[in-house]
Amino acid sequence: MNSKVDVKSYAGFREITWICLFILYAPLIVVTVYSFNASASIAAWGGWSWQWYIDVFIGPESAKFKKAAFNSFSIAIVAASLSTFIATLAATAILRGGRFRSRAPSVALITLPIMVPEIVLAVATLIFFNSIGFTRGYLTILVAHVAFCIPFAYLPIQARMQGIEVTFEHAAMDLYASKAKAFTRILLPLMMPGIISGFLLAFIVSLDDFIITNFVKGAGVETLPTAIFGSVKQGLKPNIMAISTMLLSLSIVMVTISYFVSKWDNTK
Amino acid sequence: MNDVTNVTIDVRNVIKRYGDFTALHKISMSILDNEFFTLLGPSGCGKTTLLKMIAGFEDVTEGAIFLSGEEIGSLPPNRRPVNTVFQNYALFPHMTVLENIGFGLEMRGSSRKDAETRAGEMLELVQLSSFAKRKPSQLSGGQQQRVALARALAPSPKVLLLDEPLSALDLKLRQSMQVELKQIQRETGITFIFVTHDQEEALTMSDRIAVMNAGELQQLGSPREIYEQPQNMFVADFIGDSNLLSVSIDSVTEGLMKCHIGGGHFLIIDEASAVGVGDKVHLSVRPERLLLSDEAAETNSLKGTVLQSIYKGTDISTTVELEGGPIISVRTSNTARGIKRLMPPGSAAFVNMEAGAARLLAD
Repeated sequence: MNSKVDVKSYAGFREITWICLFILYAPLIVVTVYSFNASASIAAWGGWSWQWYIDVFIGPESAKFKKAAFNSFSIAIVAASLSTFIATLAATAILRGGRFRSRAPSVALITLPIMVPEIVLAVATLIFFNSIGFTRGYLTILVAHVAFCIPFAYLPIQARMQGIEVTFEHAAMDLYASKAKAFTRILLPLMMPGIISGFLLAFIVSLDDFIITNFVKGAGVETLPTAIFGSVKQGLKPNIMAISTMLLSLSIVMVTISYFVSKWDNTK
Repeated sequence: MNDVTNVTIDVRNVIKRYGDFTALHKISMSILDNEFFTLLGPSGCGKTTLLKMIAGFEDVTEGAIFLSGEEIGSLPPNRRPVNTVFQNYALFPHMTVLENIGFGLEMRGSSRKDAETRAGEMLELVQLSSFAKRKPSQLSGGQQQRVALARALAPSPKVLLLDEPLSALDLKLRQSMQVELKQIQRETGITFIFVTHDQEEALTMSDRIAVMNAGELQQLGSPREIYEQPQNMFVADFIGDSNLLSVSIDSVTEGLMKCHIGGGHFLIIDEASAVGVGDKVHLSVRPERLLLSDEAAETNSLKGTVLQSIYKGTDISTTVELEGGPIISVRTSNTARGIKRLMPPGSAAFVNMEAGAARLLAD
């Protein structure tokens, strides 16, 4: 509208945009394209083929990847469910708990882990498990994932809940609903888009996590990211690109769902 | 205990404090069965606070509220047979119109089917049967208002509370809703407690009005009493237009008081008021109770000059400056006779007052 504040009028705007997009997306495109490479080379193009996708499922490393995929998905589902549940309670307490003195610090404490460098969290979590003598394995990964997923689940839930006026619950109670009924029949359905959004975000963050998982996992327990990393150390093969492309597609689907759910309005 | 059996809501010496701030100072009032009762006052006067206390959303700091003789101060909102029409309606956005209206019945233990049947009847009452399956966001403001009303009436509460429900509607719709609300109140026989800051709305609909200001009850009475016999300056000023003049009482003979209104002008007031000679009080007189004339009347005729004459459609509003004295406004109906009173500024005119038109108010 106003050409003076139109960012497009700045010198170099177009060039910088293209450079950023290139740096962000070129590697992803290369990985995706080379996952369909008929040759075993990761650099030379040998024509289109599904062979590396087949290799992932029935090749020599397939058992390892299947185990890792099971761990990743089961942990992601459980961690996302638990962290969403906890985050829903936290949001309800913070937005409907009246004015309490520790309210602002509580929000900060819940969301802070997003801003803490992940390596610090990873080391801290490892030290914690060691100090209480917890044997590292599947369970340590799960507990760590529940913990760091909470802020990711919390933010969309809080955002949604902030838009819900307290008069709806008042109206419900005025119409003979108990506090519990007002929550389950009114507040919860209205919060649902935020809850689903939070769940999906937590799920992706858990599925995707490498650093913390790598620190707290026990010997022999792998998730997809750590298994992929292990394979890559022994040489980069196109089957890794096939797995990466599949994970990328899944992420795109999940993030898209999350986006639409957060926009979704069950009031229309 | 309660010897007056037809009192629905009894507010006794209720005080509400928020920290150091006192929102309500010892309010007492009895609201009767089957009454359209209005709490009227400017914003911040405590009327909504009182309503919320009756609904159960605010605690009573001191005093007690009785519903049909039973103290309800400690009951949570869901245990009070009182329903509210909220200012912004607060219709549940994720439910259909029918589900909204049936909600209260369902929460009271009716089966879903019974609740729907009753909700359907309520929709008929507010003439929205064809909208049963819609979501609130698909309705106009006026329609939402009716759904909110139907939802609050569906469980047949003993008292219906209405928190400025018409304030979001445009004038025409508001006026037709006023008539409809009054009619529904008569048909259902439920006590309505209506909160508004709109004095015209209050006068139109109410059986009785409680005028409030700054957390205190100013006057309680029928619309006619409130309008014609305001008990204090606030009520006279807040309800309708009023000429408020500082006067001193010169003499009292046979119940007639001679008041000096300044500038050597006198008015004879026929009013049984507890004021005596020498008292300085205020005189309140409605602009429509004054007559504008070219000629002086025998008594209560004040000579002045027209300052301004405004044509307002239904009537003509004239401001007259009395010689050496106060400024008075006069309203004349726009009739064949009245239209002649559209006088140009500067014309000489007489302001004549009907006997008994004025009130004397202690400060």
